[in-house]
Amino acid sequence: MKKKFDYGPYLYILPAAIIVIVFRLIPIILSFIVSFYDWTITGPGKFIGFENYIMMFHDGEFWQSMLNTFYLVIFVVPVSLVLSLVFANFLNGIEKLKSLFRSIYFIPTVTSMVAISIVWKIIFNQQTGLANYFLTKLGFDPMGWLAESRGILDIILSSLGVNFQGFIQSFSSGIGMNYNTLYLLLGGPSLALFCIIIVTIWKGLGYNTIIYLAGLQNIPKVYYEAADLDGAGKIRQFFKITWQLISPTTFYVLMMTTIVTFQVFSQIYLMTGPPVGGPLGTTKVIVYFLFDKGFGESNNLSYASAIALVLFAIILTLTLFQKKLEKKVHY
Amino acid sequence: MKKSISYIILSVCGLFMVIPFIWMLTTSVKSQLEVNKGNVGFLPIEQHTSYEENGIIYRVTPVKVEGDSTYIHVFDKDMKRIRSYLKVASSEITEKKEIKLHFENYKEAFTKVPFKRYFINTLFVSISVVFGVLVTGSLAAYAFATMRFKGRDFIFYLFISMMMVPQPVYLIPSYVLLNHLGWIDTYNALIIPWIANIFTIFLLRQQFKTIPDELFDAARIDGCGRLRTLWTLVLPLSKSVIVTSAIFGFIGSWNSFMWPLVMTDSPSIRVLQVGLSYFSQEASAQTSLLMAASTFSILPLVILFIFAQKQIIASFASSGLKG
Repeated sequence: MKKKFDYGPYLYILPAAIIVIVFRLIPIILSFIVSFYDWTITGPGKFIGFENYIMMFHDGEFWQSMLNTFYLVIFVVPVSLVLSLVFANFLNGIEKLKSLFRSIYFIPTVTSMVAISIVWKIIFNQQTGLANYFLTKLGFDPMGWLAESRGILDIILSSLGVNFQGFIQSFSSGIGMNYNTLYLLLGGPSLALFCIIIVTIWKGLGYNTIIYLAGLQNIPKVYYEAADLDGAGKIRQFFKITWQLISPTTFYVLMMTTIVTFQVFSQIYLMTGPPVGGPLGTTKVIVYFLFDKGFGESNNLSYASAIALVLFAIILTLTLFQKKLEKKVHY
Repeated sequence: MKKSISYIILSVCGLFMVIPFIWMLTTSVKSQLEVNKGNVGFLPIEQHTSYEENGIIYRVTPVKVEGDSTYIHVFDKDMKRIRSYLKVASSEITEKKEIKLHFENYKEAFTKVPFKRYFINTLFVSISVVFGVLVTGSLAAYAFATMRFKGRDFIFYLFISMMMVPQPVYLIPSYVLLNHLGWIDTYNALIIPWIANIFTIFLLRQQFKTIPDELFDAARIDGCGRLRTLWTLVLPLSKSVIVTSAIFGFIGSWNSFMWPLVMTDSPSIRVLQVGLSYFSQEASAQTSLLMAASTFSILPLVILFIFAQKQIIASFASSGLKG
């Protein structure tokens, strides 16, 4: 006798499956299709093949936003990683007030990026902000912060009396490269973007610290006891035991922070826009760029989709890279 | 000795973490006049110049000093100028510092923007999302964890792979789709796409798998159907994971910004984060009002955090230990 087909399990999955298919799978497929058309808010246009992608690779704005995103990632990820590991180690070593400190570090993680961005925007306000208030109290000149488009390397070198812009000027004409491009590449992130970097690190620090703390608590105490017996110092213990055994957590923190930083949007939108992504576009990151193309004046949903897919490709590559590498670092 | 170094470093950095919040609170109760004068420190101290005449103390601003006398503008209680360029002896003017809290900033922020409406909208959306996530999540996780059926693993891995797709990637096509459905600028757009959360399904499945088979066998022998087993056996055993999922869902939904910014437009269904964002553009010069509005918008989550901090931190910590 043949057993009757049990459709029960499918009914249990159905509600979730409908949502996942309709609002995740279909949009992703749709995104590929849309990126080959010239689709605006009014509706579908005609098929234009790879034109959106070709346009993107010739779009200076796209490359600038990629560079800005790259600056953001390259500054946020290592600093956040080191700071959170240091904090987690200190937290792990104390008993009293441990949970108080943990909570203080964690509050930014649960508060909304919108409110936080508004507060930091006012902190960096040139006239009524806390940043310039401290600077003037300490006897320094006030700075432009979010309105400052000069690169941080330029600012540092200029304050030391080096003519950085003049150097770029002669260097660019020497190698026949556009002055602005060379300045953006060598000047580093603008001070405005640097403010965004600070806020992004500040916001994510608590989460990474908590993850590290959980990782540290998983390391058996016997290793440290054995090292103590052998007479190994604390710093040596950190590099020989902690750093080695914490590597899977480091890996997770590294990947998550990178992926999340690639998607930064709210702080850019609220602190340096709209309408423009900061002074001279120096805080325009990739997600803000695609938002602006899709829902800004040009309303080019197809172009925005193409940009989104490039972002997806980057994140997917990172994820797959992680999966491959993770097996190697796991102890 | 080593401990004290830890405490010093943790305190200094902890200060850096809380200073923005403290400054937000103190600025929110300052008068805009003081802020614009450059009084941007932490304490809401106000400095007043006053002048007494016939037993009444008037607020004044000095305009010009000439020898021993000063020209002043005199203001009444409502800060309306009642006399200009009054010449008085400098010794008659007194400077006074006082701490004054302007709680009316909160009231003013509320009258300028319908934050109450935004608050209710956000609460409605967040609670609906959490409810939906728990219902769809526990049903699906139950099937994935305890039932055998064709295509189970394929469907599960399909779900998991969808989890890796970042929101900005499906934002544009979702707009196209929701527009087609006629859901743009409705609650549907804010709720329906979010009532299934793959991470929740994953967490619940891991939890359900830890329940011993014997318990399921016992339930079956007692004549319990699938749905009743889920309700009376599985869910009560999974309380902590359910609370974790609810916390994640609520915080995520409450703080979500990009999605509601794109999908809604009219103030009647606007959520708090979007309302706050518009307010920050309209009132960019009114820093105290902005701080009052920001304080108000993060208050619910901070209160939730204070009461459930152990649970919340443990939830976030567990998110890093998956796999």
